[in-house]
Amino acid sequence: MNLEPAMLYPLAAVGLFAIGLYALIAYTHLLRKILALNVMGTGVFLFLIAIANRAPGPVPDPVPHAMVLTGIVVSVCGTGLALALANRVQATTRKMQLPNDEEGDA
Amino acid sequence: MMLWETAPWMIWTILLPLGAGILTILFRRAAPWLGVAAALGTAVAAAGLAAQVMRGGSLRYPVGGWGVPLGIELRADGLSTLMLAMSAVIGLGVSVYAARYFSDEDAEDAKDDFEVQQHRRAYFWPLWMFLLAGLNGLFLSADVFHLYVTLELLGFSAVSLAALTGKRAALVAAMRYLLVSLLGSLCFLFGVVLLYAAYATVDMAALAELAKASPITWSALALMTGGLLMKGAVFPLHFWLPPAHANAPAPVSALLSALVVEASFYILLRLWFELFRGVVTLPAANFLGLLGAAAILWGSFQALQQRRLKLLVAYSTVAQLGYLFVIFPLAQIPGVAFTAWSGCLYFILAHACAKTAMFLAAGNIAHAAGHDRIDELNGIMHSLPLSVCAFMLAGISLIGLPPSGGFIAKWMLLDAAITGHQWGWAILMLAGSLLTAGYVMRVLGHAFTRVEKARPLHRVPRTMEWTAVGLSVLAVLLGLLASRPMELLRIGAPVANAPAAIDTGGQR
Amino acid sequence: MSEPELIADDTRFTPARLMILLFVVALAAVLVWAVWSLPANSAGLTMQSLAQLPKSGVTNPVTAAVLNYRGYDTLLEIAVMLVAALGVWSVGKAEPRSNYESAGPVLVAFVRLALPLMILVAGYLLWIGAFAPGGAFQAGAVLAGAVVALLLSGGGRAAFAHEGWLRIGLVLGLAVFIAVAVGAMTVGGKLLEYPPKHAGNLILLIESAALVSIALTLTALFVGGRPRHEADTQARKRKDPDES
Repeated sequence: MNLEPAMLYPLAAVGLFAIGLYALIAYTHLLRKILALNVMGTGVFLFLIAIANRAPGPVPDPVPHAMVLTGIVVSVCGTGLALALANRVQATTRKMQLPNDEEGDA
Repeated sequence: MMLWETAPWMIWTILLPLGAGILTILFRRAAPWLGVAAALGTAVAAAGLAAQVMRGGSLRYPVGGWGVPLGIELRADGLSTLMLAMSAVIGLGVSVYAARYFSDEDAEDAKDDFEVQQHRRAYFWPLWMFLLAGLNGLFLSADVFHLYVTLELLGFSAVSLAALTGKRAALVAAMRYLLVSLLGSLCFLFGVVLLYAAYATVDMAALAELAKASPITWSALALMTGGLLMKGAVFPLHFWLPPAHANAPAPVSALLSALVVEASFYILLRLWFELFRGVVTLPAANFLGLLGAAAILWGSFQALQQRRLKLLVAYSTVAQLGYLFVIFPLAQIPGVAFTAWSGCLYFILAHACAKTAMFLAAGNIAHAAGHDRIDELNGIMHSLPLSVCAFMLAGISLIGLPPSGGFIAKWMLLDAAITGHQWGWAILMLAGSLLTAGYVMRVLGHAFTRVEKARPLHRVPRTMEWTAVGLSVLAVLLGLLASRPMELLRIGAPVANAPAAIDTGGQR
Repeated sequence: MSEPELIADDTRFTPARLMILLFVVALAAVLVWAVWSLPANSAGLTMQSLAQLPKSGVTNPVTAAVLNYRGYDTLLEIAVMLVAALGVWSVGKAEPRSNYESAGPVLVAFVRLALPLMILVAGYLLWIGAFAPGGAFQAGAVLAGAVVALLLSGGGRAAFAHEGWLRIGLVLGLAVFIAVAVGAMTVGGKLLEYPPKHAGNLILLIESAALVSIALTLTALFVGGRPRHEADTQARKRKDPDES
């Protein structure tokens, strides 16, 4: 596969995945981490759509589209749960980041 | 008799917990009964499936009637069935324990008010039922994209359960767990997507035929393995596990350590031995083995230093999971591959029973004493003999002393290592056993110390003590009754049961 | 809620961040190399999907894939949604309305106009999913948006305090889906094997139930906590005036 226009989307998807991964590991603010996960997810979904479009003929491959639907739903649910937890973490620790040395009290 | 033989038992192992999850959301007061009934029903279904598989070999079930590659198939072979049986038995024990644990009068924290206790009970049961459904769905899935969906179901339930106490430490640990879990799943998903892009199918059997060594396949393998290592808390990505398991309520800790982390390892086994069989190389297998070695040593070392009982048991989980990774290098050696495979699977079973018993016993001790600082637990043997006995029996299995299940498992692994001239792995496993003995004896030493005056303790309900004892006895019995599980193991085992190289195929 | 403290500066470029950057760049390079070798044209499963389309009960191939060929994935995915909603509820209570600014008149008027239209669009998307892009998830998202707009404009509070009805609504999608799946088994097929004559209607039934659950779940995720009761507010004031 040479550098055709169709190659742009998978490469962009890999780029999104990488950017999200860096932000997830490097930043400490919980909201940034959650957003980074969303960016990574978007990269994966972009990749799926790109490969669905490789089908010759007018109809794209529906199975990756179905996978994207499933993935988006799961991703939104994960984000919702993460936000609720982050909210509670902030309420109990007064900070929007995970403490480094927390191992719990008895 | 006909119904027993032909019913779609594998479907019921998934649908019963799902249905019970719905019912426990709607009917909160009856939730413990529904939960225990569902756990019992799932155990019956798992037994029915085991009977079918032992009689007829591996089963495949095309959901929706479509079949591969368009539809999703379920698959039950020896490994799946053993995992299902394990989750059913452990699930039943923990359900009975939890029914008593979350009841009105006895709370882990007597200072919690009625509303908080009710809340925990109301949410434990549906979340646990969905966790069981996700687990069973995972063990039966023959489709890698479906594995992703079940992994997420498992992960969300596990995280919510880990946060159940609502204390700050639990919330922080659960947040960390969720982030790691989501990252792991996303990496796994990207691997699945790469596989579909290359081979136009996501069925494991089909991929096993089609997969050949290429950059795409290697990337997919690396991504999926990386994601699963994160979710399985393998060194050096284990940092999230000890706080999450230690700060959860006792039945939840047992479920997390015995079942949830093993699910990730199960998928790794499927990937490395089935899907990517033609692609994995010896250096990669050795790398995984080395990670396991580091986990054993580091986890045991950390366990020796812990002040809190539940943290000690949690670090012990990290260490014991390291033993499982020795299968990868050992299975590359012709002739000993099947022994190593059997040892590894038996280890999963024995560890699940023992670790559950240990966490339940630790929960009882913490409930009785009001804290779980090990140094202040002197003399607890006299007040809680049953729970300390459970801890002791579980410890025997973890260390690998005869006649327990842990002994059989470690014996087989050592046998494989020594026959294959892998002295390094053999010495490592022995060292691990010594370290395990160290931290188990440390706790038992405090428990058996005589004290002049005993501290006042809360009463621990009989049910909670007896379930802990029952599971620990099971861990020991696994050592005595090894023949049935071994028969089951042979069905569909992907490693050859004869002196032959791993890539000439196994029995199917 | 108490004042959050300032956190560490996330924009400094430390050696640790440099190592992470190098690792991520290396990973991206490997993935690009892998992706480069993908074939430019690959039908994937298009042919099989289109070939089986007449038996699937719908004419939109994506809906057929979501609800028929890979319906089992969707079943568990609805369970995932339910667990997420449960998780959010188990973690905390919804914050009191008094913490938010009350809505301005423009928003209130707009919502009054737009809400019925949004519900209509959601219904349309649900129906059209069998023939064109659309379906339960898309419709559920629009409906959830409508409900969120309603909540933001200050209305609908009473409806969302009835936890019992909310619970029924949340489980409805999964319950109907499982019922249809098991029903298919009782008439002699495999799990989720819709009889081809009724497949279209069964899919519509499942999607309608799922629409309610999806909209409620997304709203629950937005609200961020379990519904407060009147008793909660009074008990809270009695116990601890400074609860965080």
